[in-house]
Amino acid sequence: MKLIDSLSSETAKITSKQMEFVTVTVAGQLLGLPISRVHDVFVVSEMTTVPLAPGEIAGLLNLRGRVVTAVSLRRRLGLNDIYEGSRRMAVGLENQGEAYGLLVDDVGEVLKLDPDEMQPNPVHMDRGWVGLSQGVHQLRNQLLIVLDVDAVLAFETEREAA
Amino acid sequence: MDDLLLEFLTETNEHLETVDVEMVRFEQDPNNEAILSNIFRLVHTIKGTCGFLGLPRLEALAHAAETLMGKFRDGMPVTTPAVSLILSTLDRIKEILGELERQGAEPEGSDSDLIEMLDRMASHEPPAPVGVPSPEPVQKGNGTFYQALERELKPGEVSLDELERAFQEAPGPEKSTTSGTLTYQVLERPLKPGEVSLDDLERAFREAPGPAPLVIDKPAAKSSSADPIISSVTPAVSKKSTEVSEGSEGGEGIAGKVQTIRVNVDTLEHLMTMVSELVLTRNQLLEIARRSSEDHGYKVPLQRLSQVTAELQDGVMKTRMQPIGNAWQKLPRVVRDLANELSKKIELVMQGADTELDRQVLEVIKDPLTHMVRNSADHGIESPAERKTAGKSEKGTIRLNAYHEGGSITIEISDDGKGLNFAAIRKKAAERGIANDAELERMSDAQVAKFIFHPGFSTAAKVTSVSGRGVGMDVVKTNIELIGGTVDIRSEQGRGTTFTIKIPLTLAIVAALIVSSKDQRFAIPQVAVSELVRVSPSSEHSIERINGTPILRLRDRLLPIVPLSKVMGLSGNEDADHGFVVVTQVAQQRFGILVDGVFHTEEIVVKPMSSKLRHIQLFSGNTILGDGAVVLIIDPNGLARMVGSESDRNEFQSDATHEQAVVAADEMTSLLVFRGSGESLKAVPLSLVTRLEEIEASSIEWSSGRPVVQYRGRLMPLVSCDEDLGIKRQGMQSLLVFSDGEVSMGLAVAEIVDIVEDKLDIELFAERSDLVGSAVVRGRTTEIVNVAHYLPLVLETWSRKDRKGEAEKSLLLVDSSTFFRDMLVPVLRASGYRIQTASTAQEAVRLLSNGLNVDVIVTDLELSGHSGFALVASLRADPQHSQTPVIGMTVKPDPQQIALARKLHISEIVSKIDRRGLLSALAELNGSLEEAA
Repeated sequence: MKLIDSLSSETAKITSKQMEFVTVTVAGQLLGLPISRVHDVFVVSEMTTVPLAPGEIAGLLNLRGRVVTAVSLRRRLGLNDIYEGSRRMAVGLENQGEAYGLLVDDVGEVLKLDPDEMQPNPVHMDRGWVGLSQGVHQLRNQLLIVLDVDAVLAFETEREAA
Repeated sequence: MDDLLLEFLTETNEHLETVDVEMVRFEQDPNNEAILSNIFRLVHTIKGTCGFLGLPRLEALAHAAETLMGKFRDGMPVTTPAVSLILSTLDRIKEILGELERQGAEPEGSDSDLIEMLDRMASHEPPAPVGVPSPEPVQKGNGTFYQALERELKPGEVSLDELERAFQEAPGPEKSTTSGTLTYQVLERPLKPGEVSLDDLERAFREAPGPAPLVIDKPAAKSSSADPIISSVTPAVSKKSTEVSEGSEGGEGIAGKVQTIRVNVDTLEHLMTMVSELVLTRNQLLEIARRSSEDHGYKVPLQRLSQVTAELQDGVMKTRMQPIGNAWQKLPRVVRDLANELSKKIELVMQGADTELDRQVLEVIKDPLTHMVRNSADHGIESPAERKTAGKSEKGTIRLNAYHEGGSITIEISDDGKGLNFAAIRKKAAERGIANDAELERMSDAQVAKFIFHPGFSTAAKVTSVSGRGVGMDVVKTNIELIGGTVDIRSEQGRGTTFTIKIPLTLAIVAALIVSSKDQRFAIPQVAVSELVRVSPSSEHSIERINGTPILRLRDRLLPIVPLSKVMGLSGNEDADHGFVVVTQVAQQRFGILVDGVFHTEEIVVKPMSSKLRHIQLFSGNTILGDGAVVLIIDPNGLARMVGSESDRNEFQSDATHEQAVVAADEMTSLLVFRGSGESLKAVPLSLVTRLEEIEASSIEWSSGRPVVQYRGRLMPLVSCDEDLGIKRQGMQSLLVFSDGEVSMGLAVAEIVDIVEDKLDIELFAERSDLVGSAVVRGRTTEIVNVAHYLPLVLETWSRKDRKGEAEKSLLLVDSSTFFRDMLVPVLRASGYRIQTASTAQEAVRLLSNGLNVDVIVTDLELSGHSGFALVASLRADPQHSQTPVIGMTVKPDPQQIALARKLHISEIVSKIDRRGLLSALAELNGSLEEAA
């Protein structure tokens, strides 16, 4: 059955058309971003908060002379930000010619996965999450949610407009 | 699209622009050979290139225009219709070019109409007196020669011209025939290199005079060979050769031209971005170097790097700079056409056309400028007849002037026309309800002039094709403000109008003041900052508060203060009194931004806001400072909007302010405080007092035991405010005069103390009729005098006889304020009304539905809990009261209320404090009631 197939997939399939994902974790959940969309991964040093900005926007960053808009993935997933002093990691993305930094708790490794084996979102998944997820991959010891990068960066900004 | 075609389009468009301008110049100065030959050369170039690219329509048009211009050169008089015809030909060419750009091919269609006219114009005019053979005889003479070329007659004609000139210059060798054709045959397909070789040719021509050979062999080549390649190529050759020859005719010409190269704008933009980054990196390096005291030997190279970067930045900035003349290029043509259309005589004077500004800025102001010049020509400049009667020269002048001023550029557009019609603008403003009459009266002409920037504002009597549609000036203003510029108007009746536009030199790099608020830094563009004031509670400049709103007294003017931390929503205590006030001027609005700290001024590279943050109108962009930190740039315009400007307030805001005014009026009352007998203070609402008088006690007469005084030709009875206080027999007697129609009464008081505005919280007295009650005014218990008590004392004796036994009219007074009711009742009663009062709309409705019959209703339009308008509306719905006259009282009548009142048949709206207005409104109503009866 399908379940069994996918369990054995990780080792078996090397040759088929595989997609590479950069894995990140947010609140213990493993998420994957298509590597084609990821420009770089960096440590956030200094961030300028933007007053009156939507909650999803954590601030602005200077990434090698470029101003990058930092989007909190936690906020996008409806979670609270954690303000601990430790280093914050960000994944550099590009959307419609603009640079974004997606703030995550941690960045993992690069995984090769077969898109055919991606499962649809479970029906009872949080609605906020469903909008951002393309599907779920079953890894050996945990589940990986494939993030829809465009959806993550497409959030309403007008509602807080003055 | 073909690269070559693209290049052709750009080049030709440029040429056409120049021809436009030159043509207008030429019309005014027909004897200027240099201009003519310049035009001739450009048109010829266009024609040549068109032929080269195989664009028959364009070529034919250009050719016909050229022929006519050739006539000018031969001495044909230059007429306005001829110039107009050529200009419209140019327009047609532009049209075709536009089409070409969109579709990559010449559009279908015929230009025979224009060509025919051009030809007729060229041939029907008397032949040129010059000895040079005109094209016609040549054509005839060579008839046979061209028979073979019937189809390509147009190109053929060119070559005739060429031929002619060539002959005049020198009959050249025929050898180049072969070389010429060979070159082009080889290069036919890779078109681009073809042009290079043309350039080479050109250079060769310049180096060694001898353009004739090539030209002369062209017709030969054409006639001898049917090769289409050659025939299409040759005009291009001739183009270059004419350029050379024309150049030499007109002096230095091409030889003296600056060498330029066309660069894609994107390339420049990219360069600019890179340089910006370089500047930032340099700044970061310098910052590091500053911090470490040790010199590891890198400081000198760093210094050098810094210099080079600065130079590079300058250089790249320069590539983006364009003379403002580029934006003005179209204007002479525009003005000329307008002048013709409107039968006006207008001269366009342009000064400072070489003033350079950023390409981006130039693009933005191009259209506004054109619009403003059109406006000046249409509305500003009068017709020649009008100008004559006004004692001005028939020819009006529109003057454009551009110059650098500090970090910005000032552009002035002035005309010597009739100036703005302030009366019409005032009227229009009142009609459109932008301001009410009272406000308008107070406004200076300069303030009134600002109304033309309101959307949809036009005072033009009729809509012309040029302007008067009321769209435009607001767009102009918006566009200019978009790039951080300002517009100002100065106008003098009969002398003209001047618009002054101030715009930043560049958008990419601006000088900004770095400030801090709650540990966060922000940049404020220097252009908006007029001064800095340090404030602290103990110093000369301290922040005061009106109802919690911070205000700074600056040179006797009140400056609204906006605490940055508050608008930003940054946490912190609200009433910060320490820090710096950045005095900011945006258009006509001045306000102070309160910040915690001010650092320094820095040249910042403006980076656009992320699209996710663009909706925050407070910020115009962001930048990276020398230390690498990202800093937000505050948009003073946005901040000004948040502060709420007087002129731009929307309906919502005006409603809000109105409500505040109402509340304030309810709470605050102006009181006249005086002293009666003893120490106790008395007060009466100032609104009831007509006048304050001080009279000689000796002038008081006693008539049957009652004191009277001659006042304004009548006898005025006097009443003492206090039984214990006698009327003075000597010295000066202070009086409060209350008037009611023709009857006046003087209230004698011991001393007038003050006029105060205070919240009235009256404790009512039931037992005394001379007092309404007592209230605490300025911390002291004050007795509020009931004027009603005194009025009957005197009016019964004097005024009743005037009434001639009129039937008393009944009046219903609806006002939620007890105080107002109590004050108005005696006054109204004295005027002969039987008064019923109601404190709420509900009460009024109840009274009326219980069968109360009233002749007139006086109601406050801002009743608490229920609008007076709603009351009137419900009355109007009731057939019994649908015709009852209503007088509305309001604190401050505004156009909206007046309109609503009219709809509800409210006879009159009077100001609540205007007692006299109320009485005269009643009197008027009375008159009309009697007439009706």
